[in-house]
Amino acid sequence: MKQNPAKIIMNGLLTENPTFVQVIGMCPTLAVTTGAMNGLGMGLSVTAVLTCSNLFISLIRKFVPDEIRIPSFIVVIATFVTIVQLVLKAYIPALDSALGLYIPLIVVNCLILARAEAFASKNDPVSSALDGIGMGLGFTVALTAIGIVREILGTGAVFGVTILPEAFPKTIAMILPPGAFFTLAALMVIVNKIKASKAEA
Amino acid sequence: MKLIAIIFTAIFINNYVMSQFLGICPFLGVSKKVETAAGMGIAVTFVMALASAAAWLAYNYILIPLGLEYLYNIAFILIIASLVQFVEMFIKKSSPSLYQALGVFLPLITTNCAVLGVAVSNMQAGYNFIESVVNGVGGALGFLLAIVLFAGIRERIARNKLLPSIQGFPIALISAGLMSIAFLGFSGLSL
Repeated sequence: MKQNPAKIIMNGLLTENPTFVQVIGMCPTLAVTTGAMNGLGMGLSVTAVLTCSNLFISLIRKFVPDEIRIPSFIVVIATFVTIVQLVLKAYIPALDSALGLYIPLIVVNCLILARAEAFASKNDPVSSALDGIGMGLGFTVALTAIGIVREILGTGAVFGVTILPEAFPKTIAMILPPGAFFTLAALMVIVNKIKASKAEA
Repeated sequence: MKLIAIIFTAIFINNYVMSQFLGICPFLGVSKKVETAAGMGIAVTFVMALASAAAWLAYNYILIPLGLEYLYNIAFILIIASLVQFVEMFIKKSSPSLYQALGVFLPLITTNCAVLGVAVSNMQAGYNFIESVVNGVGGALGFLLAIVLFAGIRERIARNKLLPSIQGFPIALISAGLMSIAFLGFSGLSL
C-alpha cells in the first residue's frame, strides 16, 4: 500500500495527534513537561526511537510469526531506547539527568507500541519511517506546548529565558504535578472547541 | 523503621500516579467505575510485587556478574512481559473466578509504566531485596488508592451535565489535578 508522504506526516502531526486526539503516551507527557526544553528533549527522543523502531519493525514484519509479534516488537523498541539513552548520557548529560527515569520508560510508552502494531506491521518501510517521524513530531509539538505554558506560568520564562516582568505573580503549582493535569486539560478543551467549530462549518 | 518509611513514602509522598505520573494510561482508561478500578489496582499490586522481586534477582544475580548492567531495560521489560503472561495462566488455572474479574486487565499491565518504573527506581535507589519488594507493594497500594478514589469522583461527575468540549478527558484531567493538589499536602513530610 503506497501512501502520500506528506499526508502520512500531517496525519501524525494534526489529524491523529497522539496527545490531543488519541490521548496515548500520557505518562511522559505529564511528567517531564515542567519546562519547554524538557518537553522538546523528550519529544525528540521519542521521535528518534519511534522512527527507528517503525522502520525496523516494518523491515522484519514478514519474518516474525504472528503469535510472538508483541514480544519481538518490545525487544526492538527496548534496544532503540537503550541506544538513545546511552547517546544522551554521552553527549547531553544535562538532559539525561533532567529526564531521568522517564528515558528508560520510553519502552512502555503506549504510543510506540501502538504505532508498531497499527502501522509499521502492515506498511512498507518508507511509509512506516515517515509515520514515525509524523507521530513523533506531533508528540514533540504537544509536549513542547505544554512545557511552554507551564514554564511561563510557573517561572515566567521560556526555554530558560525570562520574558515576564518580575512583578508578575508566579504560580509555583504550575510546575508541580497539578499544573500538568490542568494545562493538558485546558489545551484539550481548546482543541475540542476548534474541532467542534470546524464540524459545524 | 526504614521499611515503614519506604512504604509510607511510596503510598503517599511519592505516589506513583499523583506525583510521578507513572501508570497514567490505566489510571485514566480504567477508572470509570469503582469496581473495575479496584480490580485493576489489585492486579497491579500483585504484578508489581512479583516484578520488583524478579527484577532485583535478575539484576543482581545475572546482569551484574556478567557485566551487562546497561541491558537492564531490555531485561526488565522481558521479565515483566513474561511475568504478566505467567500470572495470567496461573490465575486462569487456579482461580477461574478471580480470572473472570481480573482477566481483561492483566495484558494491559505489561504497558503500565509504573511496573517498569518501580523496577528501575529500585535499581537506581540501590535497595536490597526486601526493600525492593516493600517499595513495589507500597507503590502499588498507592496506585490502588489513587485509582479507586479517582473512580469514585468520576462516577459522580458522570451524573452531571457539562459543556460538550469539557466532557470526557478534560474534566477527568481537572479532577486528577485537584486530587494531586491534595496529595501535594504530603510532600512536606520527609521520612
